[in-house]
Amino acid sequence: MADITNQSLNEIIENVKTKKISSTELTKAYVKNIESAKKLNVFVTTTFDQALDKAKQFDNKPNFDQLLPGMPLAVKDLFCTENTKTTAGSNILNNFIPSYESTVTKNLWDHGSFLLGKLNCDEFAMGSSNETSHFGNVINPVGDQLVPGGSSGGSSSALAADLTPATIGTDTGGSIRQPASFTGTVGLKPTYGLCSRWGIVAFASSLDQAGPMTKTIKDCAIMLEAMSGFDKKDSTSINKKKEQYSKNLKDNIKGLKIGIPKEYRVDNMPKEVDELWEKGKKILKDLGAQLIDISLPHTKYALPTYYIVAPAEASSNLARYDGVRYGYRSKQGKDLIEMYEKTRSEGFGDEVKRRILIGTYVLSSGYYDAYYLKAQKVRQLIKKDFDDSFKKIDAILTPSTPSSAFKIGEKTNDPVSMYLNDIFTVPVNLAGLPALSMPAGVDNKGHPLGLQLIGKALDEQKILNIGYAFEKNCGFKNEIKKWWS
Amino acid sequence: MSKEKFDYFIKGEKGKYEVVIGLEVHAQVLSKSKLFSGSSTKFGADPNNQVSLIDSAFPGMLPVINEECVKQAVRTGLGLNAKINNYSVFDRKNYFYADLPQGYQISQYKNPIVGEGKVLLDMPYGSKEIGIERLHLEQDAGKSIHDMDPSNTYVDLNRSGIALMEIVSKPDLRSPDEVNAYIKKLRSIMRYLGTCDGNMQEGSLRADVNVSVRKEGDTNFGTRCEIKNVNSIKFMQMAIEYEAARQVELIENGKKIDQETRLFDTKKNETRSMRSKEDAHDYRYFPDPDLLPLKLEQKLIDDLKKSLPELPDKKKERFVKEYGLNAYESNVLVSEKEISDYYEEVAKLSDKKLAATWMMGDLFAMLNDRGLDISKSPISAKHFAELVQAIKSGEISGRIAKEVFEIMVESGDNPKKIIESKGMKQQSDPKELEKMINEILSKNKDKVDQYKAGKEKLYGFFIGQVMKLSGGKANPQLTNEILKKLLKG
Amino acid sequence: MSLDKEKIKHVAKLARISVDEAKVESLTKDLNSIFKFIEQLNELNTDKVEPLTSILNQSLRSRKDEISDGKIREKILKNSPKENEEFFVVPKVVE
Repeated sequence: MADITNQSLNEIIENVKTKKISSTELTKAYVKNIESAKKLNVFVTTTFDQALDKAKQFDNKPNFDQLLPGMPLAVKDLFCTENTKTTAGSNILNNFIPSYESTVTKNLWDHGSFLLGKLNCDEFAMGSSNETSHFGNVINPVGDQLVPGGSSGGSSSALAADLTPATIGTDTGGSIRQPASFTGTVGLKPTYGLCSRWGIVAFASSLDQAGPMTKTIKDCAIMLEAMSGFDKKDSTSINKKKEQYSKNLKDNIKGLKIGIPKEYRVDNMPKEVDELWEKGKKILKDLGAQLIDISLPHTKYALPTYYIVAPAEASSNLARYDGVRYGYRSKQGKDLIEMYEKTRSEGFGDEVKRRILIGTYVLSSGYYDAYYLKAQKVRQLIKKDFDDSFKKIDAILTPSTPSSAFKIGEKTNDPVSMYLNDIFTVPVNLAGLPALSMPAGVDNKGHPLGLQLIGKALDEQKILNIGYAFEKNCGFKNEIKKWWS
Repeated sequence: MSKEKFDYFIKGEKGKYEVVIGLEVHAQVLSKSKLFSGSSTKFGADPNNQVSLIDSAFPGMLPVINEECVKQAVRTGLGLNAKINNYSVFDRKNYFYADLPQGYQISQYKNPIVGEGKVLLDMPYGSKEIGIERLHLEQDAGKSIHDMDPSNTYVDLNRSGIALMEIVSKPDLRSPDEVNAYIKKLRSIMRYLGTCDGNMQEGSLRADVNVSVRKEGDTNFGTRCEIKNVNSIKFMQMAIEYEAARQVELIENGKKIDQETRLFDTKKNETRSMRSKEDAHDYRYFPDPDLLPLKLEQKLIDDLKKSLPELPDKKKERFVKEYGLNAYESNVLVSEKEISDYYEEVAKLSDKKLAATWMMGDLFAMLNDRGLDISKSPISAKHFAELVQAIKSGEISGRIAKEVFEIMVESGDNPKKIIESKGMKQQSDPKELEKMINEILSKNKDKVDQYKAGKEKLYGFFIGQVMKLSGGKANPQLTNEILKKLLKG
Repeated sequence: MSLDKEKIKHVAKLARISVDEAKVESLTKDLNSIFKFIEQLNELNTDKVEPLTSILNQSLRSRKDEISDGKIREKILKNSPKENEEFFVVPKVVE
């Protein structure tokens, strides 16, 4: 049959269920795609043999009642996978083979899917362009000079290039939504605590959340349903009943109140982003939603706050990479301290080191109050902004990013301009809220742009419904030429 | 009890110095599994066999708190008459060391689970209250082994992640003796509560000792030094003595005391500076984002309070009232829960006062000689009570009782059986005794005459003869009565 | 607040990362521009604001005191850079 790898996950599942294609055929199709897409540098590790075995097992004994029957899935290389190398895009974990499976990936496999390979990402998820990976840049299928966004850049590229039917990423300050926006795909950062963090290489514990990256909203609902759920191994996991996001997906949004925050109209924002936002508002309004102007007054402080909180937590989370128990160890260390210093200097890349230094500094004696404590106070204010607004609205609509995908190397010499890419995505992480980036159009270069829907805590169903209605009426089609194969 | 005066000062050339001591005691929480992981806390396992992925800090591993450890900390807090905080926070204390896999220790910094409390010490110069500053929960580190290989250090993570309670005293201690009494009291309270086994050999109880000195009468504290990780009371006392003398000498020579961390070298019996720790002193504490604040329901605290056992101070009062013991006896007998349990079992079945005397005398001496805890005593409480009763009833004399006691230790037999089989019963038949004494008196007429002439010292000779003839079994009281009567006649 | 090279070296020492002398210059420049950006927060008066300790409004969940883990020495040591059957091995620690 014809290549179905350009279909949505939901369509592919239907094709498998109706036996139009077997899991083995499907897996082989992806293997073929992946092998001809090496230029994109999307995969750190492939697990084809293992995947084909699993596909065969599925075909021999299919269970079509599962959410992800016989689906081969590639995942970000930040999820620990049992007996498969897990690098977090870093030299320091270059040779690390976990003996355990992250809760989120295990949930996916328990729903009938299996691992196709591990996707490149920014080192320890620190980056907005996938240029900090030890394994090299990832190329955006949208254009050979473009970054795919970050840190889940391998995930967004793989998805947009039809190298996996759906995938998962992690989002600490926008690492799912920004790459989704840059590649014309859907990305959801769930409410903090909805998906277990157990077995995910940690960046900033109070901000990290795993989430789905898919081609459509329906796919997103399916993946979220499969991956989420309470985990007693994670003390920050929320104990609540499992939702059936895909079954409950509705496109009727009549009467919903959509907040439009004035602070998201920033200086120097390209006209097209603003126009797209207007287009989004109009579509929702036409569908019967009510638009309400709101104010989130501390928005401009979100990014500075983030660049204290996230590095502080990271500096501590990354202290375990010391060359003692796993990972890279420098051969130069004569004594223990020297071994640490050389190992960490050689094992971490520049951006990671930069953030560890920032984090160490803001927590150090004499500076804690001025930086870390201050940031946690501002974080309280940012959260309060959202809490206040959500008393009168159902969701918030904003652009996902202040621009479309930029060129490789364009921002690498100016960390602050790189950080500014996350200006619309970061506040949500600080407040622990769910947010969806959905493709909405293209800019004048033809590069995709996304809009972001922010919901109340645990209101994933509602923003998925709004996204679903939007998607049906937006008319966006992600047309990517396969120039790489 | 004699009211001695407190007198522990360091005498310098320029005056007397008072020693000010504060302790940070690290007590291992009694629990089956670790503070944040399900691996065992049992002592003495093969290296790295009680280590989970969490304890060895693999990527993506997360802590989940052990409810029992929280309860144990609350119980201990209640036992220290301390304020229990309904809201406490776990922080990360960041530093690098080979046996600290996470690169941080999860501890409590600004908001500990237990606040201020107090402990009462019985000192020869009266009772003294020592303030408790706080108690918090934290993880233990692993163990670095430096002597197995000339060029490498080996790391065993079995201890890594075991729950510790750090109990911080106020700087209220003033002498090595008070430190001794304080540690023993803390240990006793925790053993009563079952929250720490207090086993110092296995490292279940260690302390950092803060020492400073000041001229007698000064109200300001001097600069203090912290002596890290001392694991026996004797070493604590030696370290304090050395450190106080060192500080006095510095002051007398007009030198400055550096506030620093020091190490007690048990071989050289001296403290020395741990320069290596100095630059790592910036611990960059911040709330652990993998954990949420710990909120304790008042009901849990109340329930734990209700279920607390009787603690040594209360028990001591009761022993005085109920058993008619004096303060000293009660103090000794409540010092360990096992001792008090043993005593109460004995006292139930025998004379309470005599039981206390014999326990504190012969039983403790024997246990001490053999290096045994009372729980391992070769004489059961029931047998011991029988022995006490045999003495009380006059069935055997105190002297014979000592022999019976020895046999009980060796054989484990009950005293009745020993007394009977060895014919050790006391000679208490007045007729038989009178006959025997008459015999002795008639054999020693010359001595009887001398006695009657005023040489009263000879009385002892006659007693000796009675004992010799009776094989020590003659009832001493009866013997006295009869002898006196016959000598008069 | 501006960060000088000495301060950066001190922080690097705390973080156990050796910094190339050649890179200190550019690192100083980058970190200063980042801190300039971060210090926008000083515009805000937060005297009366409680710092956020957790984004989740719930208490810490606990587990029962049961032995459910451990006895996996082989797994624990499998990835270690210097092999030994029983221990992790590091260069000699000088006390």
